[in-house]
Amino acid sequence: MSFLSYLISGVSLGSVYAIIALGYTMVYGIAKMLNFAHGDVIMVGSFVVFSCVSGMGLPPLIAILLSVIVCTTLGIVIEGVAYRPLRNAASPLAVLITAIGVSYLLQNVALLIYGANTKSFTSVIKVPALKLAGGALVITGETMVTILSGIVIMIGLILFIKKTKTGQAMLAVSEDKGAAQLMGINVNRTISITFAIGSALAAIAGVLLCSAYPSLTPYTGAMPGIKAFVAAVFGGIGSIPGAFIGGIFLGILEIFGKAYISSQMADAIVFAVLIVVLVLKPTGILGKNIQEKV
Amino acid sequence: MRNWKKALSVTAAMAMAVSALAAPVSVNAADEVFKIGGIGPTTGGAAIYGQAVKNATELAINEVNEAGGINGYQAEFNYQDDENDAEKSVNAYNTLKDWDMDILVGTVTSTPCVAVGNETAADNMFQLTPSGSAVECVVNPNVFRVCFSDPNQGLASAQYIGEHKLASKVAVIYDSSDVYSSGIYQKFAEEAGNQGIEIVAAEAFTADNKADFSVQLQKAKDGGAELIFLPIYYTEASLILAQANSMGMDIQFFGCDGMDGILNVENFDTSLAEGLMLLTPFAADAEDEKTQNFVKAYEEAYGDTPNQFAADAYDAVYAIKAAAEKADVKADMEVSDMCEALKTAMTEITLDGITGEGITWTADGEPSKAPKAVMIQDGAYTAME
Repeated sequence: MSFLSYLISGVSLGSVYAIIALGYTMVYGIAKMLNFAHGDVIMVGSFVVFSCVSGMGLPPLIAILLSVIVCTTLGIVIEGVAYRPLRNAASPLAVLITAIGVSYLLQNVALLIYGANTKSFTSVIKVPALKLAGGALVITGETMVTILSGIVIMIGLILFIKKTKTGQAMLAVSEDKGAAQLMGINVNRTISITFAIGSALAAIAGVLLCSAYPSLTPYTGAMPGIKAFVAAVFGGIGSIPGAFIGGIFLGILEIFGKAYISSQMADAIVFAVLIVVLVLKPTGILGKNIQEKV
Repeated sequence: MRNWKKALSVTAAMAMAVSALAAPVSVNAADEVFKIGGIGPTTGGAAIYGQAVKNATELAINEVNEAGGINGYQAEFNYQDDENDAEKSVNAYNTLKDWDMDILVGTVTSTPCVAVGNETAADNMFQLTPSGSAVECVVNPNVFRVCFSDPNQGLASAQYIGEHKLASKVAVIYDSSDVYSSGIYQKFAEEAGNQGIEIVAAEAFTADNKADFSVQLQKAKDGGAELIFLPIYYTEASLILAQANSMGMDIQFFGCDGMDGILNVENFDTSLAEGLMLLTPFAADAEDEKTQNFVKAYEEAYGDTPNQFAADAYDAVYAIKAAAEKADVKADMEVSDMCEALKTAMTEITLDGITGEGITWTADGEPSKAPKAVMIQDGAYTAME
């Protein structure tokens, strides 16, 4: 019975990682850059919802919508101001370092506005918990909604990329920016749209993260962001279903590590498994074998 | 006219200062003050503690100044934020040294306190931490503390649970990456056996992995725990309480002084904390006159009920005053000489403070006083016997 309960906890934690990883992998897959500020966009999204619901008393749905709008705008602005000018820099490290800079900037701006005191986030998900086996197993409404949203988003993204013109343009940009441009694709606009979608996903992920784990500080997004990045690498970075599977896998691994090996070592176990996976299959579980150009 | 008066008073003060130098006459030298520095987090996850210490120290120093100061000297207060970070804390200490600090009241949290303690030891500056409870905080001979040490809290918690027969099967959830939390846990585990307490689950978490507590709670549940001991800070505790609630667990929680502040977490559903017990040396609803006066003054000045960190800081200022008067310390003494005098005097004084009657200190820097337990009832701390 406790095995099942751990499994549920694992899936519940994993579904949060999965939804964050979807945004990560989207941006990496198209723009080929690691957006380390993704976790902090999540935090911004959560604060927007927190302010709207707890501060102004707006209905949650409007708050989430506002948060998506704010994060989308933020994503486009960050890309335009901080990443685009460096896209053709001599070293790909330049953009990585800028991303870390943006991450700190967002954290500190949030610190200035909201202060560092922990805020307790009121869950916006009103789905009742599912009680199985006479209350011994509890699946919270948050878990169900998170998994469901993860699946819907995953399918939506796959369809979007396969079926729409913009999606095809994204695919082309990810294959070869130069050639895509020659074919008449506006590379800047395509990458902007990618960031917009990634950041909109971050807003939704933020709401789900804070609903499941109701504590909000300016650093809330940082650690889940890194874990989700690991999940995306697990699943094969750039692959959309891979990010989802990687996230769930990582969550279960973390909870089982805590439950059956040592609660202190949870992170060490997770990262050790990551190393093993990458040694055996360097591109991740669902990763494609593409030769990297240097 | 006013300038003329000012010039005259400055001249007079200078004359007095000169005469004070010439002969050992105890007069109020207007240009000499005790510069008391403070360090603690006013932002960051432990901000509630740092802010409380800042407010209460300021309150106590204002009271002392109004009542004529320390040995006739006024005291000045300068408080720096360290965000509960050891490195920032040392930076804050250096800032205060540039300001010519004489005595340090701080730091508020344990990890920075250990780092700053080594700096003050090197400078031989007197340091009194209101709330740095880790053992290592006071290893240096120049550092004293007002609060209980971590082992002391672990010991007292185990004894309290044992003596009041709160539970025989106990689970512990602690932060293994935090010196405060693991310090309390270790002593608690040692003492538990003596009190007939069986620890059915001892589960840890770390600073990087503190969102999901479902495993730790599940293990406590599977072990048949009647009580969960939480020697951790309120930030994580608020998450644990929320998750226990969503898992449908109805169990007694018991915390230490780090739990103090849980009712102030913004937007926190305080009904989750109903029935939570914690050990603390101070309860704001205590009946005695000293506590009542302090609580009233604090509420008037800062619009908030003081917690035990505020109380510790308030006592810290009066302990310094008592020790300084005992040793007849002058504000113009060298920092190192002042430290030597205060170090000896601290072991000789007895303080009737708001965190305990007749508090005395050993040369190790440890106070001796009795802990009190409080329970959260109707969203407020209520003292227990």
